[in-house]
Amino acid sequence: MSVATESSSPGGSPDTARLLATVDPARRRTDRTMQVLIYIAFALAMIPLIWLIWTVVAQGADRISIDFLTQSMRNIFGGDPRGGIYHAIAGTVIITLLATVISVPIGILTAIYLVEYGKGWLARSVTFFVDVMTGIPSIVAGLFAFSLFALIFGPSVRIGIMGAVALSVLMIPVVVRSCEEMLKLVPNELREASYALGVPKWLTIVKVVLRTSVAGLTTGVLLAVARVVGETAPLLVTVGVTDSINFNPFEGRMMTLPVFAYRQYSQGNAPCPGGDSATCVADIASQNAWGAALVLIAMVLALNLIGRLITRWFAPKLG
Amino acid sequence: MAQRIDTKDLNIYYSSFLAVEAVNMTIEPKSVTALIGPSGCGKSTFLRTLNRMHEVIPGARVEGHVEMDGVDLYGPNVDPVAVRKNVGMVFQRPNPFPTMSIRDNVLAGVKLNNKRISKSDADDLVESSLHGANLWNEVKDRLDRPGSGLSGGQQQRLCIARAIAIKPQVLLMDEPCSALDPISTIAIEDLIGELKNDYTIVIVTHNMQQAARVSDRTGFFNIAGTGKPGKLIEMDDTATIFSSPAEKATEDYVSGRFG
Ligand SMILES: Nc1ncnc2c1ncn2[C@@H]1O[C@H](COP(=O)(O)OP(=O)(O)OP(=O)(O)O)[C@@H](O)[C@H]1O
Ligand SMILES: [Mg+2]
Repeated sequence: MSVATESSSPGGSPDTARLLATVDPARRRTDRTMQVLIYIAFALAMIPLIWLIWTVVAQGADRISIDFLTQSMRNIFGGDPRGGIYHAIAGTVIITLLATVISVPIGILTAIYLVEYGKGWLARSVTFFVDVMTGIPSIVAGLFAFSLFALIFGPSVRIGIMGAVALSVLMIPVVVRSCEEMLKLVPNELREASYALGVPKWLTIVKVVLRTSVAGLTTGVLLAVARVVGETAPLLVTVGVTDSINFNPFEGRMMTLPVFAYRQYSQGNAPCPGGDSATCVADIASQNAWGAALVLIAMVLALNLIGRLITRWFAPKLG
Repeated sequence: MAQRIDTKDLNIYYSSFLAVEAVNMTIEPKSVTALIGPSGCGKSTFLRTLNRMHEVIPGARVEGHVEMDGVDLYGPNVDPVAVRKNVGMVFQRPNPFPTMSIRDNVLAGVKLNNKRISKSDADDLVESSLHGANLWNEVKDRLDRPGSGLSGGQQQRLCIARAIAIKPQVLLMDEPCSALDPISTIAIEDLIGELKNDYTIVIVTHNMQQAARVSDRTGFFNIAGTGKPGKLIEMDDTATIFSSPAEKATEDYVSGRFG
């Protein structure tokens, strides 16, 4: 095909071939070993995840039905297999949404302050307190929200907004941290390009910095939501439990999925005198718990999918 | 339209480090002024004080005066944002906004400032700016594609289009061709030749031939040693600087006998 091949023997010059083929056997062995180790590590990391999802699906899938998703547990006692988790789904959605509405503005504004404005002791102490907040145990956040509201409404108060405040205490540091990292990733050149066009700083932040990092910010916020949506302890002390539907986070107790799962699981088997029947299933409580767990996981998964869609939608486009 | 700039005893600092010392320079309107000098002598630093971009860096500050038609840019009533609207800048590395289309990049000065502009005015502005930057023919069919999808040279011309779309009085260019191939370089040099009919242009370059080709006046910066401040050694007509400069250091530098 080419002119150059005329002079060279088939397979090329042996000297050159030897030069290019020299392989350090030790390096090849190390390469293989590391490759195997990495695959093993990956498999090890996947085992608990797959196992967990498989267990939850296996135990919970049977319980899922339209009734289970659309009814509450009002007037359901013992081994009665009717009823569902609608009240808990509603509670989780409302309380998490409220917590997000509280945490996201505070978190993103704090991150903007730290990245775009903060210097000196104030920024350092904000960073320090955010770090401290990251380590707060969730039950402490719950007790904090409880004592805050108990000061105003008395010690027997249990309302949805208390839970949202408790979750916010857990959420804000996560939002600040992840959004801070995302804002730092925006190249300084883009800010300078914007300033050089005579755009004031605040507009540069809103229209260039936030716009460029919106995909990362969304991911950060969704990670924070996923972090708190499964919290149990703080909700138990602030929101309490109920068997009925309550859409009002400013009045009355609310049920949430993790608390529901915990409560059902701790009930143990129901006494069914005549054995399992259509009106009495002994381990219905445990089935309810698994069903709620499955729904909770599905919600987190859906959140992640939405996050990915948003990320793809807003990501800086190339080509 | 184009305006003259005088700097008077300009000292430029990064925190306590004096980067550039005592610059007295006159930049003539509707002409091209080239700044040359060895790396690290403070050309970029000086350039960025002309549109108050220097102070964006934490701790950076300026002493002395930069006067545009007699008005001190560092005077008490001067808004740096307004200064930057009138003194545009093209950076060494092309930096189009990655989230915006080619069209939106050209309109960035308008859109980022939340200014209202009619569709037809916007179309006209995009077309005239891209024509001005010699880019129109290459991108006219894909104005809605992302600006980051262009080649490096096209991106740089897009950045020039973006800078001239805000209709500045003065255009600063920091080594605009350093990342470009010879053909894009010639295109940008031609463009500079055209732009000087309307704008006052200051260009930093490491390329002597380029300085000789495009500029009317040339300023030579030098630095005595590391940690010492950079200084404006000599400024004169480009022809004079390259044929018979007054200073020995300038002659050594432009003839390549430097260091
Ligand atoms: N952000 C900064 N903070 C502190 N010092 C800086 C900063 N930027 C530049 N300097 C210093 O200021 C001096 C002048 O730098 P400048 O970038 O202006 O040089 P230059 O002439 O543009 O060089 P080059 O030709 O390599 O671009 C150098 O000593 C540099 O180290
Ligand atoms: Mg430079």
